Amino acid sequence: MALRKLIYNVTRSPELSAGGALVHAPIVPVEGEAYEVHEDIHGEHMLINIGPQHPATHGVLRLVLELDGETVIRCIPHIGYLHSSFEKLGEYRDWNQIVPLTDRMDYLAPLIYNCAYAMAVEKLMGITVTERCKVVRVICMELDRIFSHLLWLGTTAIDLGAFTVFLYTFQQREKIYDLHERFTGARITTSSTRIGGMMADLPAGWITQLEEFLDNFIPVVDEVETLLTNNAIWVGRTQGVGSISAEDAVNWGLSGPNLRASGVSYDVRKDRPYYDYETYDFDVPVGEHGDIYDRYLCRMEEMRQSVRILRQAIDRLPGGPINVDDPRVILPPKTAAMNDMESMIHHFKVVMEGVRAPVGESWFSVESSKGELGMYVVSDGGAKPVRWRVRGPSFINIAAIPHMIEGALLSDVIAVNASLDIVLGEIDR
Amino acid sequence: MTDPSSFKKGLEGLDQGPRPSEAAEDALPPQAGELPPHPSVDALRARFGDAVLRHEVVAGDEHIVYVPAERVLELLGWLKDDPAQRYDFLQDLTAVDYGGGRQIQVVYQLWSIPNKLNLRVKCELPLSALEIDSVYHLWRASDWLEREVFDMFGVVFRGHPDLRRILMPYNYAEGHPLRKDFPLRGRFSRAEQTRRALAQKTEDHYSPMELEIAHVLGQPVPDPFPGAEAGAQQGQFGGMGGGG
Repeated sequence: MALRKLIYNVTRSPELSAGGALVHAPIVPVEGEAYEVHEDIHGEHMLINIGPQHPATHGVLRLVLELDGETVIRCIPHIGYLHSSFEKLGEYRDWNQIVPLTDRMDYLAPLIYNCAYAMAVEKLMGITVTERCKVVRVICMELDRIFSHLLWLGTTAIDLGAFTVFLYTFQQREKIYDLHERFTGARITTSSTRIGGMMADLPAGWITQLEEFLDNFIPVVDEVETLLTNNAIWVGRTQGVGSISAEDAVNWGLSGPNLRASGVSYDVRKDRPYYDYETYDFDVPVGEHGDIYDRYLCRMEEMRQSVRILRQAIDRLPGGPINVDDPRVILPPKTAAMNDMESMIHHFKVVMEGVRAPVGESWFSVESSKGELGMYVVSDGGAKPVRWRVRGPSFINIAAIPHMIEGALLSDVIAVNASLDIVLGEIDR
Repeated sequence: MTDPSSFKKGLEGLDQGPRPSEAAEDALPPQAGELPPHPSVDALRARFGDAVLRHEVVAGDEHIVYVPAERVLELLGWLKDDPAQRYDFLQDLTAVDYGGGRQIQVVYQLWSIPNKLNLRVKCELPLSALEIDSVYHLWRASDWLEREVFDMFGVVFRGHPDLRRILMPYNYAEGHPLRKDFPLRGRFSRAEQTRRALAQKTEDHYSPMELEIAHVLGQPVPDPFPGAEAGAQQGQFGGMGGGG
């Protein structure tokens, strides 16, 4: 078992706050005590509406804030502006037709959602995918973890006034877009998995392109770290802001880097390993203060760890088929379907009638870039689900935002909201 | 590539669904009476006796416990706080409607971070009495999850301090979308939906009153369009959901 690393002591020390003048304030958890009412200066409360169409809400989130001066007294989030009723739509589609709905939820890490859905259905159906498929899916998921963290990094830095980082990260994201496009034909809406395997095998030369990306990627992470980690403005805006204690974070159901930044080392890849994650050598970074700075450090380290996992996965990528050898699930080869009658009937039946699942239900969760992504599928024996439920990590993470910002300053609202790494497509589903 | 001849052999079995792989066959749930043990289920039985209505194992290793709705708060509170159980992480709270007037299941998916154990707890509620105690005070994570179940299924969580719709608009009057009796495209005709949208006072959503929503909670949001016929109107575009 790889050790869990405590990154706080290594990277945060007083001299990091360069210049001495900007040494960060003592860290107090935001629980209302930080807000001190001065009877003499307190005036009329003011309502401020942020969103739904506001660049800093990262989507169509709307926050209604009650302010006393610059201090947030109360925050009421409103969601649902992007409600697309994916779960209801799923009940009218057969199992494979749901895949395109999944990547429209989290368009920042679509492959993770594709894989998680397929894994839940395969568990329900009792299908074990091939070894090659397992490793390919691990590659997909770790690649999109980097993909999503890069977007988080760029947009959060831009929210806090650092524009350069955004350019650096989006240059790297573009390379992942290219990888997506070569593999799946699409840059965002990848829809790459099928029940029992993948849409297609990796194209020739794809792994080489991925290795090239990895070789050039770590230097960029280093570069961004030199821009931010010791940056006085960044440190001043993030340390001690939006902090949440470990106990509260668990109680509020936070997951992913938001939870680990508070010091709880819960990672689905370690605690309920799937796809042989227990055999990969990687560390789970854990923070200490649960503030924005620790979330930032955790995500930076997670990107490095994902690179480690990717290199190991490339090394062990086995040959062989990518899809299971089960004609009840997988379509016949195109040449066969075009050339002999039985294969064509078979193709027609699988496409038109769908794959049948046994009666039952299954819950499967993976560690997505944003936290624990759970897929719950219930079947009554038909070709369509009775219920398809997505436990979206963003939905539960964002619910804790009033707890983190009540008592903080208005400018911190933007920082905290950015630090949670939400995606509204999945919150509203 | 897969051998094409294997596909011909599989043609007959298409109606049965996928063939379980050998690994999965080993993990198939055993028959009743020989379920694999789960420490928390045994402990629940020992402590609460017949409050454990049923115990199932699905998909190989997922344990489900059915409990009566009126005791759910007591049982879940014990599961969370008992030093031997410590299910401190509420992974998910949702509901399942099987349709056909059957009971709606409320599903609690629990995870114990210290013990690394899963447990799924289910309560069945008849459509005539969709009420259950809120677990808001056990896990704050249930705040929005219960609101979502209320919004989508119409299950009322007693004791939740802020139970209002979350994804649908507050004054949505067509019902609860994830119920099986709800058509895919909603109950109102397009004309009625447009009429309602245009008749809304937008400033209602930007008023100081809005912050008070949390206080008036528990009381139903008054229908701003009295007299409109929820469910009755099947216009040209209404009620087409069944077709998929």
